[in-house]
Amino acid sequence: MDKFENFTGIVCPLDRANVDTDAIIPKQFLKSIERTGFGPNLFDEWRYLDQGEPGQDCRHRPRNPEFVLNDPRYQNAQILLARENFGCGSSREHAPWALADFGFRVLLAPSFADIFFNNCFKNGLLPIELAAERIEALFRTASGPEALRIAVDLPRQTLTPAGGEPISFTVDSFRKHCLLAGLDDIGLTLEHLDDIRAYEDRYQTQTPWLFPENDPETP
Amino acid sequence: MGAKTLYDKLWDEHVVRYDDKGTALLYIDRHLVHEVTSPQAFAGLRLAGRRPRRVETNLAVPDHNVPTLDRARGIADPVSRLQVQTLAENCAEFGITELGMADPRQGIVHVIGPEQGFTLPGMTIVCGDSHTSTHGAFGALAFGIGTSEVEHVLATQCLIQRKSRSMLIRVEGILGPGVTAKDLALTIIGGIGTAGGTGFVIEFGGEAIRALSMEGRMTLCNMAIEAGARSGLIAVDETTLEYVRGRPFAPQGARFEQAAARWRTLVSDPDAAFDRTLWFDAAAIEPQVTWGTSPEMVTPVNGRVPDPRDEPDPVKAEGMRRALEYMGLTPGTAITAIRPDKVFIGSCTNSRIEDLRAAAQVVAGRRVADNIDLALVVPGSGPIKAQAEAEGLDRVFTAAGCEWREPGCSMCLAMNADRLAPGERCASTSNRNFEGRQGPGGRTHLVSPAMAAAAAITGHFTDVRAL
Repeated sequence: MDKFENFTGIVCPLDRANVDTDAIIPKQFLKSIERTGFGPNLFDEWRYLDQGEPGQDCRHRPRNPEFVLNDPRYQNAQILLARENFGCGSSREHAPWALADFGFRVLLAPSFADIFFNNCFKNGLLPIELAAERIEALFRTASGPEALRIAVDLPRQTLTPAGGEPISFTVDSFRKHCLLAGLDDIGLTLEHLDDIRAYEDRYQTQTPWLFPENDPETP
Repeated sequence: MGAKTLYDKLWDEHVVRYDDKGTALLYIDRHLVHEVTSPQAFAGLRLAGRRPRRVETNLAVPDHNVPTLDRARGIADPVSRLQVQTLAENCAEFGITELGMADPRQGIVHVIGPEQGFTLPGMTIVCGDSHTSTHGAFGALAFGIGTSEVEHVLATQCLIQRKSRSMLIRVEGILGPGVTAKDLALTIIGGIGTAGGTGFVIEFGGEAIRALSMEGRMTLCNMAIEAGARSGLIAVDETTLEYVRGRPFAPQGARFEQAAARWRTLVSDPDAAFDRTLWFDAAAIEPQVTWGTSPEMVTPVNGRVPDPRDEPDPVKAEGMRRALEYMGLTPGTAITAIRPDKVFIGSCTNSRIEDLRAAAQVVAGRRVADNIDLALVVPGSGPIKAQAEAEGLDRVFTAAGCEWREPGCSMCLAMNADRLAPGERCASTSNRNFEGRQGPGGRTHLVSPAMAAAAAITGHFTDVRAL
């Protein structure tokens, strides 16, 4: 995973609550066995006027001018501003893959769905929960005639809107550390292999049926 | 030690270590694998030169993409076919047991786990699918994970986790006749909202829960994720143990009794403290029908489509307007006046034998209404299909004009050929009514199996209790 670097980016306001993973990346695109290439189909059913199918060249598809991602103000947006319960539904990691592949790096919402929130961090995406009033104020600014730019500083845990005061945010310290260092979770866990082995030895004597490979009574 | 909740007990028993920031390394006992969320995880293992840490703790099955018709002819869609083939190749390469498309035990991943006794009380169980919460019905800590975590659990048998908060939902009294676990689940979600359980593990308790069969408990825990919860949980009792006894992967004989003694302790202590407790009255619950594009947009069958103008929260009101436009519904319409085009009975929520029996009982001796283009019955697994056929349920369905299919996820999420056309309306026993869930432009109304059957034969939503 690439290290998370500070940046200043355009905010795209997506004014809908309960945006689900089926909306973020419709199921016909989940048939891919790759991790990349989902960006052109991000929000496919809202973004295009025709029906999306895997393998299309999306550059020539008719776009829905009403959808915010097609608004000229928000081209190259890297920060997605959303409403409550963003990312609800399926556990598919294709949703953060599509958001990251499109170019988003930070998501702002009053709340996120649990599994989605978790999946973001595994893909260098930073989801930030902010108070509802704060989100409301950002929606007002970001929807104005000029796109809003925000400077994101992860080490300091601040968001600074252009011409405004820094807004501080919270992030789990372990996840922050992993994002900043671009760490691979599996590598980190394997450093504790001795603890895992000791746990298995202890646990196996109490619950031998959970270790059928070693249990002489396995049918 | 103080009094513990069931969640505390399961959590404490599986912590390998805590780091200095309070993040836990949690041991995972079982991992279910399907074709959609696993290919990139296996590719990751291969790239890093890693192997599964304990292959026997994994069980794989293709379910999302499999056809429900003419299975001998294979999968027509080349992209779906590649994904299913990739699962078979990955399982062969890494030595993981796979119940492939031709295996008589094949079925929906959350149906076959419990059915085969792969799901047992006291376990931690994960799968790259949000409806893994289903397995919490067994007093197991079960939750959905993304593909990075699929790879992580394969390689390490552990996950990096923080403990959730605990919620107890007590359902007192007894559900009335014709009212099912599905109606209970939808009532709870309608009450607390689809984000009401976010950050929580929900334990369901009370008289109505104790009275539920394992099938009903699985339906309820399955839908816990639709309330935003990480997991649903139900305490172990004799109903649990009787279901597990004799299952192929379950411990047998003296080992079973030894395990059962431990499993009986998997209940919350009487004075255990929960972060939040909610009460529901089972007797007051009626059959439910969703009218919108989120499972919380739900009303009793005798209700009406609500009016966004009555909603004080502007964001919610806008969501309702958008949902009604998508659903092609007008505020004030009686739910019983809504006429579906298709009916789908199946999915990891409602495709078990009890669900099929309930639906068959309603359609028996009747005919599917003329306005219903297709009434699809998709059993959750091969063994359920065989049992239903032994009981003659397939003939009841086909005599009524329903189609009887091969097991899989099917029209719950339309990754195979079973899907709605744009604008089509469906009475569905599945779990999500999101935009496009059952096919682009498709309109989903979530109901119980008996309610779906009632809609099939009357051609509109009908209170099954009145039939």
